[in-house]
Amino acid sequence: MTTMRQAFVETVNDEIAADPRIAVVTAVISSNEFPQANERVVDVGIREQTMVGVASGLALAGLRPVVHSYAPFLVERPYEQIKLDIGHQDVGAVFVSIGASYDDPAWGRTHQSPGDVALFDTLPGWTVHVPGHPDEVTPLLRQALKEDNRVYVRLSLHENAQAHPVGEGFTTIRHGKRGVVLAVGPMLDRVVKAVESENADVTVLYAATVRPFDSDGLRKAVRDTDHADVMLVEPYLEGTSSHLVSETLQQIPHRVRSTGVKRHAELRNYGTAEDHDAAHDLDVVGLGSAVRSFFRG
Amino acid sequence: MSGDEKHEWAAASTLDVLWVLYDKVLNVTPATADDPDRDRFLLSKGHGPMAYYAVLAEKGFIDESTLDDWTSWDSPLGQHPDRVLVRGAEISSGSLGHGLPIAVGTAIGQRIAGSRGRTFVLVGDGELDEGSNHEAIAVAARLEVANLTTIVIDNQSAMYGWPGGIARRFAVEGWQTAEIDGRDHEAVFAALTAPHDRPYAVVAKIERSY
Repeated sequence: MTTMRQAFVETVNDEIAADPRIAVVTAVISSNEFPQANERVVDVGIREQTMVGVASGLALAGLRPVVHSYAPFLVERPYEQIKLDIGHQDVGAVFVSIGASYDDPAWGRTHQSPGDVALFDTLPGWTVHVPGHPDEVTPLLRQALKEDNRVYVRLSLHENAQAHPVGEGFTTIRHGKRGVVLAVGPMLDRVVKAVESENADVTVLYAATVRPFDSDGLRKAVRDTDHADVMLVEPYLEGTSSHLVSETLQQIPHRVRSTGVKRHAELRNYGTAEDHDAAHDLDVVGLGSAVRSFFRG
Repeated sequence: MSGDEKHEWAAASTLDVLWVLYDKVLNVTPATADDPDRDRFLLSKGHGPMAYYAVLAEKGFIDESTLDDWTSWDSPLGQHPDRVLVRGAEISSGSLGHGLPIAVGTAIGQRIAGSRGRTFVLVGDGELDEGSNHEAIAVAARLEVANLTTIVIDNQSAMYGWPGGIARRFAVEGWQTAEIDGRDHEAVFAALTAPHDRPYAVVAKIERSY
């Protein structure tokens, strides 16, 4: 079965061959997946600041760089380079990460990046994709590679059982009257199971793209329910998108429940991703409990 | 121009090199500022850009009248250059240690495009304290980015200096190097037009005047 990472590599390699604008910049991680003989494939070694700086220079010279590494080394370590070398230079690039919040928790905190989307959220003009299935990766990437904008694609080992349409705003998975649950990327299947296990009469929306935020889609979904109650389920730092939910619904009294990777403490446990899901109440049991308490009455 | 006493020394340190670059070395004019084959000059050491703005004005990239009210609300000229606002500025700079890695990228981009253009980047010796520069110095040599020239303005600002000299830091990575008096226009011109088949570092020494 194809993983999101494999879909990413295959898509980019197709595009490198087809489009002379496309370049790839890596810092060792995944570099052997791309054609090293191609002069548009640049591996800078374990130098993430320079990885982003070089990508900036390539963009200034008219290329469309794809910048790739493990999430904390792609986003957190060279954050100022992303802010200045890409954003402030007003150039575009496609950043693609693997590792997500805690795909491989046995590697510890150094390899976890629950704050990546929140960091991009501090910078203007970024499109952020959080695909939930490998089949969603290719169309999102192909579109990104055609353009000149700034795009972050967050890949994960965790995925839903089936792909959903991407690029057209939030997708309605089921309708209900008690409120709305917005599930981001790989959280969808767990959200649906949690809602069904609680017999909750709620609308479930699915988002593979969170920036720009589909405010119209959320507003319409809320309008079709009896309660302006929104539960946000994100696979990264809890509350990352809650300000956008509040902004969307600012004209009506509403309630928001944000779930995601908890902010209150740094987990120093290893174990599995499933262990971490449970610790953050992002498994079916935890999400079911949140659905039950939030939509009660 | 006035209002940046803190960085007057920085501006005074770069003026001679900037003038020689724009007057005699760089293949770029206001008319070719968007030409893919132009030479690109990246001012990494964005502090004290008064000399840079003055040279850009003299060469017609920006209107000289904009110099008088720099840093005002409507002015395109700030304490650090913004490429979106300043015609001819290849990069926005200010935070140190960004220009050299970007320059490696523009030079590789020129090479990929088959362009005749070259990339020049100006950094300060104090700026070399930033570790990102040393990532880029190594990468430029390993990737044989021969169309890249780094000019180091050595006005002895680095906190702990560079034992063995700045040129040695580049040479050990495989760069061709030259050391010159940064006030001597003929020496600056000769160094910046010297042939090189490797990335090239020119250390322009500026004696402190205070």
